[in-house]
Amino acid sequence: MIHFVLLISRQGKVRLTKWYSPYSQKERSKVIRELSSEILSRGPKLCNFVEWRGFKVVYKRYASLYFCICNDQDDNELETLSIIHHYVETLDRYFGSVCELDLIFNFHKAYFILDEILLAGEMQETSKRTTLRLIAAQEELLEAAKEEASSLSSIIAQATK
Amino acid sequence: MNPFSSGTRLRDMIRAIRASKTAAEERAVVRKECAAIRAAINENDQDYRHRNLAKLMFIHMLGYPTHFGQMECLKLIASPGFPEKRIGYLGLMLLLDERQEVLMLVTNSLKQDLNHTNQYIVGLALCALGNICSAEMARDLAPEVERLLQFRDPNIRKKAALCSIRIIKKVPDLAENFINSATALLREKHHGVLITGVQLCTDLCKISPEALEHVRKKCTDVLVRTLRDLANSPYSPEYDIAGITDPFLHIRLLKLLRVLGEGDADASDSMNDILAQVATKTESNKVAGNAILYECVQTIMSIEDNGGLRVLAINSLGRFLSNRDNNIRYVALNMLMKAVTADGQAVQRHRATILECVKDSDASIRKRALELVYVLVNETNVKPLAKELIDYLEVSENDFRGDLTAKICSIVSKFSPEKIWYIDQMLKVLSEAGNYVKDEVWHALIVVITNATELHGYTVRALYRAFQTSAEQESLVRVTVWCIGEYGDLLVNNVGMLDIEDPITVTESDAVDVLEIAIKRHESDLTTKAMALVALLKFSSRFPSCSERIKEIIVQFKGNLMLELQQRAIEFNSILAKHQNIRSTLVERMPVLDEATFIGRKAGSLPGAASTTTMPSVGIPNGEAKPAAPLIDLLDLSSDDAPAPSSSGGDLLHDLLGVDLSPAPQQSGAGQPSKSGTDVLLDLLSVGSPAQSSSSTVDILSSNTNGKSPVSPLDDISSLSLSSRANSNAGAAPMMDLLDGFGPSPSKENNGPVYPSITAYESSSLRLTFSFSKQPGNPETTNIQATFTNLSSTVYTDFVFQAAVPKFLQLHLDPASSNTLPAAGNGSVTQSLKVTNSQHGKKNLVMRIRIAYKLNGKDTLEEGQINNFPREL
Repeated sequence: MIHFVLLISRQGKVRLTKWYSPYSQKERSKVIRELSSEILSRGPKLCNFVEWRGFKVVYKRYASLYFCICNDQDDNELETLSIIHHYVETLDRYFGSVCELDLIFNFHKAYFILDEILLAGEMQETSKRTTLRLIAAQEELLEAAKEEASSLSSIIAQATK
Repeated sequence: MNPFSSGTRLRDMIRAIRASKTAAEERAVVRKECAAIRAAINENDQDYRHRNLAKLMFIHMLGYPTHFGQMECLKLIASPGFPEKRIGYLGLMLLLDERQEVLMLVTNSLKQDLNHTNQYIVGLALCALGNICSAEMARDLAPEVERLLQFRDPNIRKKAALCSIRIIKKVPDLAENFINSATALLREKHHGVLITGVQLCTDLCKISPEALEHVRKKCTDVLVRTLRDLANSPYSPEYDIAGITDPFLHIRLLKLLRVLGEGDADASDSMNDILAQVATKTESNKVAGNAILYECVQTIMSIEDNGGLRVLAINSLGRFLSNRDNNIRYVALNMLMKAVTADGQAVQRHRATILECVKDSDASIRKRALELVYVLVNETNVKPLAKELIDYLEVSENDFRGDLTAKICSIVSKFSPEKIWYIDQMLKVLSEAGNYVKDEVWHALIVVITNATELHGYTVRALYRAFQTSAEQESLVRVTVWCIGEYGDLLVNNVGMLDIEDPITVTESDAVDVLEIAIKRHESDLTTKAMALVALLKFSSRFPSCSERIKEIIVQFKGNLMLELQQRAIEFNSILAKHQNIRSTLVERMPVLDEATFIGRKAGSLPGAASTTTMPSVGIPNGEAKPAAPLIDLLDLSSDDAPAPSSSGGDLLHDLLGVDLSPAPQQSGAGQPSKSGTDVLLDLLSVGSPAQSSSSTVDILSSNTNGKSPVSPLDDISSLSLSSRANSNAGAAPMMDLLDGFGPSPSKENNGPVYPSITAYESSSLRLTFSFSKQPGNPETTNIQATFTNLSSTVYTDFVFQAAVPKFLQLHLDPASSNTLPAAGNGSVTQSLKVTNSQHGKKNLVMRIRIAYKLNGKDTLEEGQINNFPREL
């Protein structure tokens, strides 16, 4: 089971945190501090796994961002690496060659996409196409709601004229 | 409208934060935004609620407190529109965790949304529930989730399946409700539903044996077929990763098959073919392929034995290990660890490669490899492996040395073929990384040294040499100091020279030099210095010619700021000055320490799980297991009649040797030989590990708290000095001691809840009952009043009660009311005990007892274990 997902920039700034196991706010910031110092200090050629407090943290660097997933000790680390890659590819397709800035200004979208891939710390959907289709469908709902709101306000505006 | 909230959009706020040049500037921006958001919250602003929450989430990620926004999440979730709900649920998952009370308030909204007509809203609710639901919510909402497992849209079914995993993990009783709908998911064609169904079944099988049985019987064949179809499926762009169709599904299927095959020959049999196919056909040049292979090998290793498959698996491991990719090597080491139990021989073949990995530049790989080497060591290969590891110790990084030394020491002591080799290796480790070894390690070394009578001379000379080069290693210094104190004469007179040794000339003053360096070393800590003082005293008695010089050194410590050193110096000085005639008997060589007891204690969770004499003498083959009895005798001699402190030689001896310097809980009253021989042993050994008593001082303590013996002013002084060392465990005892000296003992405190008394032990001749009380506000500590009744018609004399407890307990024994037990129940002996349970609420009390007495002048011993303590103690 995945306990949490972290996105940390090379400067140690947090870009996304997702917790599937209960950690108090205090523990969360401690975890982030501990792990970012440990992971950011690792050299480029080393393996992508860090053992930490009886868990295994699998991380991979994409450009300026470190994607980290904390797993149980006996989970398949190589699969976790693939999950990270799967997520990155999905982001890439969504944003069209994603960069850190996309994830900063659209952090909520990064969360929404993650929520379509993982749930309860387990793999939910392995097809990027399905994931993106679901995201698109929900965005249509948003647009529809927005239009409705604006047409509503224009009706009100006309009525009160 | 609020003047603040009208302003910035989310994007603008993020820009402003990013544009901040200093942390202070950033804080200012955040403060301003938070103020605006709070104002908006107070005004119950509807229009910008979701924008404000989005801002809060960003601020939260930067690490600022955002608890004031929690209620906003609930409001958004309760609003009707999809956009509001979507951001509300996101905020809920980010800003709250399952332990917050606020979360309970959302249960109702969740229930409504799970029944919503819009499937995306149902999806949002399932997602939130799956990520943060608590046990109570799980109970409340399980029926809804169960129903959604049959929802028409597959995307809801898959979410409901994962949500069910969370629910059964939180409330395992609910597992059986899900069995049927979960197994139905295994027949689905939609990959998302299938993979989540497989995961749900895996967790169900782990939680409920009933589910395991059901899935094994009904679904093994289906799963095998699904995996075969998947492995043979043609290229499908939607799920393809590096030429493999849906590796994630592969892996989850293999994982479930592993659970089903474990311990069941039939199920294992039916999956053999497909496992063989996956293991041979999977492409291993990409991460995804290797991940599948890795999972497949794990499954092969765990299911019931099939020789051919195992060979196949081990061969893949070999390929993994020789891979140049660090990730693959790491995984291979991990797998080999699991393969060791299945096929140790096959793993041994890779020993050389594994040993290389111990020296890898990657800490994760080093750690794995070290663990693996550790399990690969046996009697036949211990010498070369230990040599490799010790050689590596010299060049290893500092932060790895702790792990490495611990493992080396453990290997060496477990498999050493002979004592001299053990001592040699330990000396190497201590000289190389003595600052990294744990206390138990050098304690164990000293025990082995005392037992190797014929090597005393050799050892002390070797230590003397090592000290010349590695005086900066604390634990080496300690062992050296101790050995010179004990065997200094062998060092100076070159006694017991072995053939392999180079001759060495050490004068008395050379030996004193070592001690002087040790005691004056700037880095030496209290324990080392105290040990050095004892060693000096001992040495002076062996070589009276050095007495003057030693006296000078000791005198320098009379004014030391450390109380312990000061006291020792003053006492030793008076021994040197005034008690020349008894000095040599006072500081005789230590009796041989009992290895079996020490090992037992080291290993022992429950002391006396095996009685000390039957404890296997692990480790050194030529070490004879000495019965613990003489040591107990020694203790009995010195403390049986609870002498006034510092008045008899025996007590003084204790004082001299008990280097119990750590601020340890003073627990056992030495007025009784309260714990079994092990403690005494450690006292003699002068180790400062917690949970033991430095005897004579405790004498004062216990007699004082009891208020039974007259307290002299001298005692008061000592107990004053004690108070600096006694800690919470002894509670307020030292303070009370002072009062005791002047007034009547304070009345018993108001006792806490009442517990039933128990008959702790009963034999034909003796009955022991315990009654319990607790001090309010201190639930961990239980006061036990033990009452002994003589059921025979003969009086018992020299009555002694001893008790031992596991490590999670701490025991304090007060002196007994008498050491004579009248016959036929005409009176009783009472004794009070205090037990502190560090695992209160998790583990129950348990105690081993031993009762010794004289019946018509004949020694009698009764032993027993008490397991029937009331649960809540």
